Amino acid sequence: MSRGGLLLFQLLVAVVFFGLWQLLATVPIFGHAVLPPFFFSTPVNVFNRILKWLVEGTIWRHLLVTLVESLLAFVIGSLSGALIGFWFARQQTVAAIFDPYVKMMNALPRVVLAPIFALWLGLGIWSKVALGITLVFFVVFFNVYQGVKEASTTLLDNARMLGMSERQLLRHVYWPSALSWMFSSLHTSVGFAVVGAVVGEYLGSAAGLGYLIQQAEGVFDVAGVFAGMIVLAMFVVAIDLLVTKVENRLLVWRPNAGTGTA
Amino acid sequence: MDAAKPMAVALDGATVAFRLADARVYTAIEQVRLAVEHGEFVAIVGPTGCGKSTLLNVAAGLLRPSSGTVRIFDSPLAGLNRKAGYLFQADALFPWKTAIDNVAIGLEVSGVPRTQALERAQAWLNSVGLAAFGNRYPHMLSGGQRKRVGLAQVLIRDPKILLMDEPFGPLDAQTRQIMGNLLLDLWTAHRKAVLFVTHDLEEAIALADRVVIMSASPHARIIGDWRVPLSRPRDISEVRMEENFHALHREIWSVLKDEVMKGYAQSQAPAGAA
Repeated sequence: MSRGGLLLFQLLVAVVFFGLWQLLATVPIFGHAVLPPFFFSTPVNVFNRILKWLVEGTIWRHLLVTLVESLLAFVIGSLSGALIGFWFARQQTVAAIFDPYVKMMNALPRVVLAPIFALWLGLGIWSKVALGITLVFFVVFFNVYQGVKEASTTLLDNARMLGMSERQLLRHVYWPSALSWMFSSLHTSVGFAVVGAVVGEYLGSAAGLGYLIQQAEGVFDVAGVFAGMIVLAMFVVAIDLLVTKVENRLLVWRPNAGTGTA
Repeated sequence: MDAAKPMAVALDGATVAFRLADARVYTAIEQVRLAVEHGEFVAIVGPTGCGKSTLLNVAAGLLRPSSGTVRIFDSPLAGLNRKAGYLFQADALFPWKTAIDNVAIGLEVSGVPRTQALERAQAWLNSVGLAAFGNRYPHMLSGGQRKRVGLAQVLIRDPKILLMDEPFGPLDAQTRQIMGNLLLDLWTAHRKAVLFVTHDLEEAIALADRVVIMSASPHARIIGDWRVPLSRPRDISEVRMEENFHALHREIWSVLKDEVMKGYAQSQAPAGAA
């Protein structure tokens, strides 16, 4: 299918979805609406709400807050995950000692940490950043760990025969190998950074998309809830597009990079 | 052999044994005695899985023999063999580096400034016939082109010894011949001791000064050593027409055949498989 054709069908799905929603919410069947507007609102109302947010400009502050939180969580989580993953992979004793604790921490549902972070770091952005970090860290950590451990032995032998010292091996073999694994998890870790931020906001904050949705829910403002969700969805799609761009740029050496698998 | 002349590579009584998972010991090569003169091209032929790669790894210093000695230009080998370049059987190019960076890296890590390293890498790409492919990543190159880059990557460091492990194994017949001639040209221009492992007897005779035959593993050892009575320079597709070639091929094959059958039988039996 051509790019244009694909886009057309993708748009068609949205049109059918919203069309059905509008229809079922407004046209009564046997005397009453299938989707009562009080519980489901209507697409028109939802879009009007988004439009209002955009016109009044209130949405930008919330978007910015969520964006900053996500970015900070992503950067700090990735950096720490990459460094510690790298260190563990090179120091098997350290990895063995911490192994059960890493597994415990990773298995813990991160939502239960949110109140603790709010307690420690307050209701500002840092409690959300912390939540995001706990999510992003493990994705990057496991990928980098795997990447370093699975650096090809032939490649390592070749590098040694070409005269590389241990430090040069780190730079020219282990690190690129680890990075390629890390970048392959870029979509997941960026997604987790946003999840951390929004869940954190939802559970207690004064700004951000999660806060917006939570506020609307608090007053049974269904249109506001859906509007918040749609803005969030757009936000995530935009970030994902950006990630794909970055990925294709950084992984040009990969057999399938640049062909854009969706 | 002339005892006074230092050998580029001299293995004496080299034995390599691995401990298997079930605590048995697998002896890959046993009591191997092999000497390669400076500038000499020696091909090692043997049945599949006979420990030819093990032998090269020992000469490269990647594997320490369980017993026996390895001497490189008359001094005992400790650690990696710094005088050797190694062209591996599997693809060993850095996938995240372009062809020219792959070639230049061997110079860069030894402290040659980058611009100068790239200049010399370009010259090497030219001499392996890939002048216009410097900015391609390995996955954008064909198998034969990757082998050429690999050859340039190894040769740019000007090693005194060149170890090659079935380097042209996965290539098609035509490409193999082209690569063989390229190798001979480069070898004539930059004389090195070559240890060339292959399972293809014809390729071995066509390329080498000496052909060494190994027995089937386990306990693989050298069971034959022939001088190749063919003049140089050679064209490896033409040399195959010569009478000397056929006579030598018949002679070696009569020895090799039994080992190939043995090796085949062993690879069919589950217990002895390595």
